[in-house]
This record gives sequence, structure tokens and C-alpha cells, in this order.
Amino acid sequence: MATVQNPYKTTGILGWIDDRFPLTKLWKDQWGDYYAPKNFNWWYIFGILSLVVLVNQLLTGIFLTMHYKPDAAKAWDSVEYIMRDVPWGNIIRYLHSTGASAFFIVVYLHMYRGLLYGSYRKPRELIWVFGCLIFLCLMAEAFCGYVLPWGQMSYWGAQVIISLFGAIPVIGGDLVIWIQGDYIPSDATLNRLFSLHVIAVPFVLVGLVVAHLIALHEVGSGSPDGVEIKKLTNPETGYPLDGIPSHPYYTVKDMLGVGVFLIIFLGVVFLAPDGGGYLLEKPNFQEANPLVTPNHITPAWYFGAFYAILRAIPNKLMGVIGMFAAVLVLFTLPWLDRSPVKSIRHKGWMYKTALALFTIAFILLCYFGMQPPTPEGTLISRIGSFIYFGFFLFMPIYSKLDKTTPVPERVTYEAH
Amino acid sequence: MKRIKFVVLAAALLAAAGTASASELAMPHAFTPDLGNEASVQRGARNFMNYCSGCHSMKHLRYARMGQDLGIPEDQLKANLMFTSEKPGDHIVSAMPATAVTWFGVQPPDLTVETRMRGPDWVYNYLMTFYTDATRQNGTNNLMLPGAAMPNVLGSLQGVQVMEAAHAAEGGAAAAEGHGGPTFKVVQEGALSEPEFEKFVADTVNFMAYAAEPGRAARTSMGGKVLLYLLVLTAFLYLLKREYWKDVH
Amino acid sequence: MSNQGVDPGRRRFLTLTTTVVGGAGAVAAAWPFLASLRPSERAKALGAPVSIDISKVEPGQRVTVAWRGKPVWVVRRTPEMLESLPKVDAELRDPNSDEAQQPDYAKNEARSIRPDVLVMVGSCTHLGCSPTFRPDHPAPEVDPNWQGGFYCPCHGSKFDMAGRVYKGVPAPLNLLVPPHHFEGDNTIVVGVDPVGAA
Repeated sequence: MATVQNPYKTTGILGWIDDRFPLTKLWKDQWGDYYAPKNFNWWYIFGILSLVVLVNQLLTGIFLTMHYKPDAAKAWDSVEYIMRDVPWGNIIRYLHSTGASAFFIVVYLHMYRGLLYGSYRKPRELIWVFGCLIFLCLMAEAFCGYVLPWGQMSYWGAQVIISLFGAIPVIGGDLVIWIQGDYIPSDATLNRLFSLHVIAVPFVLVGLVVAHLIALHEVGSGSPDGVEIKKLTNPETGYPLDGIPSHPYYTVKDMLGVGVFLIIFLGVVFLAPDGGGYLLEKPNFQEANPLVTPNHITPAWYFGAFYAILRAIPNKLMGVIGMFAAVLVLFTLPWLDRSPVKSIRHKGWMYKTALALFTIAFILLCYFGMQPPTPEGTLISRIGSFIYFGFFLFMPIYSKLDKTTPVPERVTYEAH
Repeated sequence: MKRIKFVVLAAALLAAAGTASASELAMPHAFTPDLGNEASVQRGARNFMNYCSGCHSMKHLRYARMGQDLGIPEDQLKANLMFTSEKPGDHIVSAMPATAVTWFGVQPPDLTVETRMRGPDWVYNYLMTFYTDATRQNGTNNLMLPGAAMPNVLGSLQGVQVMEAAHAAEGGAAAAEGHGGPTFKVVQEGALSEPEFEKFVADTVNFMAYAAEPGRAARTSMGGKVLLYLLVLTAFLYLLKREYWKDVH
Repeated sequence: MSNQGVDPGRRRFLTLTTTVVGGAGAVAAAWPFLASLRPSERAKALGAPVSIDISKVEPGQRVTVAWRGKPVWVVRRTPEMLESLPKVDAELRDPNSDEAQQPDYAKNEARSIRPDVLVMVGSCTHLGCSPTFRPDHPAPEVDPNWQGGFYCPCHGSKFDMAGRVYKGVPAPLNLLVPPHHFEGDNTIVVGVDPVGAA
């Protein structure tokens, strides 16, 4: 019986599939025939790198789960078992542990690209919101995963982070016990964090990534100039004049970026997986002991900034609120920016100064979040926290006052 | 843009410099483990089995793995290094009963990944800096771990050592070498001379550093090959990208 | 976009070479993951050779030990049991043990190094159940001509006193004789061939 022929006129096995499932359509919509601005610079590589790291985490995670035991009495031993007895187990674990940090590096840079070029502006607000949700999932995922080896830092990190919920008035104390399923972080806590880490959060995360990409490919990519390439199209073909199909041009460019990234990433995995104590912290080479806190407990580097904000505020409840607000404020960014232009290339000195201050503040917060509390550290963290929130809260004002330059019709590009 | 890049870079450098200075502890001896020296690691294994394993386990390391990695044949392994077990596949557990807690006040810790927790230089300094302290019940104290419950097991080798006050060292030999902290003096000779004892401790810590990550040697040699491959691949990817991007004007 | 000045040969060559180099890398990258599923050092340590002291095993008795997690039987066969072996030859699928289900040093009528001591992996060659020891005979409910042997409760496979499989049952092969050797008269080491045997 003849079916209605698919519009791509594909034949053979592919044609058989296309008559029943939009395989060619998906490929063309999402990549093959997806036109992107031809002047993407290397800031635009971090999206694909996030995807590469996500695949790495999923794959290595699946294999680690085959050997790991989510049991407070066995977890620590099972990690050493992976490191020693499982063939290639140490490499798979280092890929996963280094991958966690790499994930935050590429995601932070990916978000920073958004700040530089206004990637969150209309009509890309939802892409940004999905991205923020992905970032939230990533933080939850990283926290749960950090607890699993059940070393000293795992244990006390869990203790501190879960205790944050104790700051909530009235119900706080009971809430903490409910989250832990015990009076201290224990076997029950480890088991539920394991479940969240390997099933619940990754499931949501992958769904959000799909939504993020569908939304992007629906509205089209922004450009470093803030020019919308869809405005000017070739009247014959209907394709944007300043666009090029992702395949093969961005396929080969992204692969080059992935190659360079892998050199750095695998270099760390194979040659310095401890990362000087920043990727695998020294106290976590000691099994969890609920009776002794290590002298110096610090969050993983990627939580440093948020932890510094927590410590900067001299009130338990306000500190916790401040920390969560620092993440949640990101969601509102598309509606805070009132500038007539998107890209920093056309923004004035006010935004440039604000972004520079924000960048310095974030790096300093990351650093002091990892240091033991000192009076100077606390002072700098307080100033940093003000700048962090100021960047967002005053944005409606300074982005409107800022002098901007006109946005050209066409993108700026010089062939190499 | 350029200005932003500059200040970001400057801040990052500042932060990095701060980290480096904060993580430096005052250790009288500098030590870097030498895992390529198989003979040293082998001697260290013997030292560990004879002087440490009575109390400390290495519960994640198997005798067989140690023999294989360090080039020790099974008959020698059984004769010289295996005191608590007959099966090479077994883990290295100490001969100490669980009641040990009442002897020292604490259970002697497992030492499998000790050098990854403390750092090999810390362990080296710990073993080097036991000194006589009459205020302590067991008669000794330690610079790196004040109030250490562990008695000076290597005392018969090192001899009796006393700590000289920290201020005396200022401007002295230790300061000239660039390492801070107090200095020590052996007041009663042990079975080993000072260089012999330093070598003994270095061997032992080399072995402990090996035991903390037996897969290390294989990992780094594999890493070299992986990077070499990636360089070749990336070179091709670069040429490919340039080739296709000739179309884009 | 235009294709002026493009050398299609060079482009094809670069695409092909990069695909081959990248593909080789991808295949190599799969190796650690697949290799991680092999038995770990722990499994190997637990699967180490096992020594069995047979001095206390009475004639006609069977003992079971675990080797690599599987049951290994040692049966001290009586002269009468050994005599029963040729009586069932006609009913067996592989009476001469032609299939490689035993090391060469155990390829004989009794399928053993020493005729009185049978060492065998107690797991049915059909789907891996462990057959029951049925030295009693006659046992018409098992077989009209039953001379003693092993009977698998899962799918009714039958084996004689040397672990040779009967015809007309689901199991295709004789029971497996593992590598083993004697250390002295009374100790069997399962998992290691005798010195000199491959």
C-alpha cells in the first residue's frame, strides 16, 4: 500500500523511516539545515562543549554505577574498589570527577557568553530560563554526586548544605531531619542522594537540555553583534544572507573546538586528576567520620561564590536567602536589561564597567568562598556580594542610561 | 573588551598567587616522592611490612597487586612481605586486634591513601620529626601532629632526637635552605646514620605514595599516548575546518 | 558563499582522513568502558585456585567446594562405581569424551587423573542448574538402566558416574572437568593444571 511520500523524497531505508518518523526533518531542522550567523567567535563553543561533558558524565556515570555501592558502610570501600580492582576503573572515575568541574567551567563560560552578547534578550528569554534551570539541576547533581564517595568532605559538605534548610523558620529543624531521613546525614541520606544523582536529576536535566535546544533552533541563534540574521534573507532561497548551514561549517568548527577541549580535559584527567586538591580534595581521602570535622572544610570550587555570599551575611536565615537569591536572580535577567542593543559591542561604558566589576567580584567570591574565614576575606566577600547583586538590581537603570552605538544591518565578518 | 580581559586576568592571577602562599605549611624537610625508583619503592614495602603493618592496615591494597607492580615474584612476596595472610589476592590487613583502641586511645588508621590525604611531604616530615617530650605519656611528641598517639616506632633506627627552640633556627641552616620551623638534633645515635635514616624514611614514603594510587604509572603513560593522538586529530580537524571555511566570505 | 578556488580532492581527502583518525579514536575510547566489565581483581582473587583435602572423604561419598563461585564436586568412587561405567556406554551421547569438556590429562574412561577421584564442575551443561547426586540404583524413575550418577532437577538431564551425558536429554555435553592437580595423595588443587600439562 502506498503511503503519502515524505517531503524529502528520501528512498531506501531512510525513505522507509522518513515515511513513518521525521528523521530527516529532525536532522535538517536541528542541525543540517539550521542557519547560524557566520561570525560566531570562540565564545560560542561552550554550548557544544557542555553537551560533550554531559555525554561524558552520563556515560562514565552509568559505568561507575555498575561498581559503586550506595551504602554508608560500603560506599568508601567501593570507590577504592573502582580505583584499584575494576579494570580501567580509575580512569572512568577520574573522567567523571574531572568532568564535574569541567561541566561548571564550560557552563559558566557559556553563561558569560550570554552576558557579553545579550543572548537572553527577546525572543530568547525562554532559552535563558531553561538554561538557568539546567544550571540549578547541575548544582543539585554536583552536590549529590559529591556526597557519594562518603569521605570526610562528602559527609561534612552534606551536613552543611542540608543544614541550610534548617534556617527556615518554624519548620526548619523538622525539614532537615526529613531530608536526611535520620538525625544526622547517614545511610538513608546517602541512599536518597544516590537515587537523585543517578535517576531523578539527570532525567530532568536531559529533558531541559532538549527544551533548551528546541527553543534555540526555533527562534534562531543570536550573533556577537546582536544582529538578527533572519531579518535579511536571500529572496530566492529564503535563507539568511549572513547565515551558514550548521553542517558542514559549524560541524567542523565545533569538532575543532572539541579537539582542543579534549586535549586540556584529558590532559588533566590523565596527568593531574587531583587538580592540586581543587578537583579531588585531600580531606576526601579519609572515610566519613560523623564525630570529627576536618579542620578546613570548603565547598567545591564551583560553589565558592555562592558559599562566600552565604558567609558574608551575618545572619543565618538572611545568609541562606542571599545564597539562593544569588542563583534565582539569574532567571530575571531578560527582564532587567533595558538596553536598546543586545551585544556589548554596541553598549556603552556603564555596562562595560558593570560587567567588569561583576566579573572580578565573582572570581573573588569564588576564591574567598574556598578560604578559611578571615576578617579581610569577609570584608571582600561583602563588597563582592554587593557588586554581584548590584549588577542585576541596578541593571534596569544603568542599561537604560547607557550610551549605545547603532546596530548595523549586517554582521561583521572577515574571511580568514 | 580589552580592558575587561585585562582586569579579569589580573584578578585571576592575584587569586592564584594567594592560593599558593596559603597552602604552604612550615615543614622542616622538603620531600618529593620518586615513584620511578622501583628499588626504593620495594625497600619501602619491606620497611612498611616490618615497621608499620603490625598496627596499620592497607586494606585496599592486595599483596598480589603490589608484587606485580613492584616486580616482586610470588615466592619472595610470601616469604618476606606477607605476615598476616597466605593468599596473594588478600588485602594487607594489620595483625592488630580491634582492642588496639585501648592501647593507644585511637585505632591506628588505615594507611592506604594516607599520602593522598596528607601529602607525601607531610608523611615524610611526620616520620622525621618525632622528638623527646617528657610531658607525654609515651615520652615522645611530633612536630607535624602534636600529641600524636603513635609512639616513635622508628626510634631505634633514628636514635633519640630533641627539638631545638624555633627561634634558634632563624638565620640558621634551615632558614638558609628556605624551609621554616624548628630544627632537630640527634642526641643518642640510632642503628642508622642520619643519611641512612633519611633514605629509610624516603623509601617508606615512596612506597606509601605508590600504595595510595597503584594505577598512577599506567595512567600517566597512557595519558602521554592519548595526548599525542589528540594532537594529531586536532591538527587534522584544524585543516578540515580551514578547508571548509574557505567557502565562507 | 561560493565554491571558487576549492579543491574538491583535497576536501575529500581531509574529510576521509579525519573521519578515519577520529573513528579510530572513538573505537579506542570504547575499550576502557567495555574492559571495565571484565572480572575485577576482587573477582579474580575470589576465583583463585582452591585446595581440597580428600583424606576424610569416604569411598562412595561426594564433597562440594566453591571454585570461582561454582560448585566443584569431588567424588571418591568405589570399585563398583567404576565398573558400572561401561554398562551405560550405549546410552550416552559422547561415551569416549571426544568433546573438549575435560583437560587432556583427564581424557580417559573414568574422566579423571586418578580413577577413584572424580573432580567435576557441578553445573549442568544445559542451562547451569546443579544436578543432584544419585548414586542409588536401580532407580527406575530416573532411568530403566540407572547405574548411579547425576540427575538434573531443572530439565531432567542425566549423567553417569563419570559425568557423561545420556542421550535424549536436553544437556548437550558431558559435565566439565576443571583444571586440577594433586599435591601429595590427599590434596587436590582446583584451578591449576598439573606441572607440565597445558
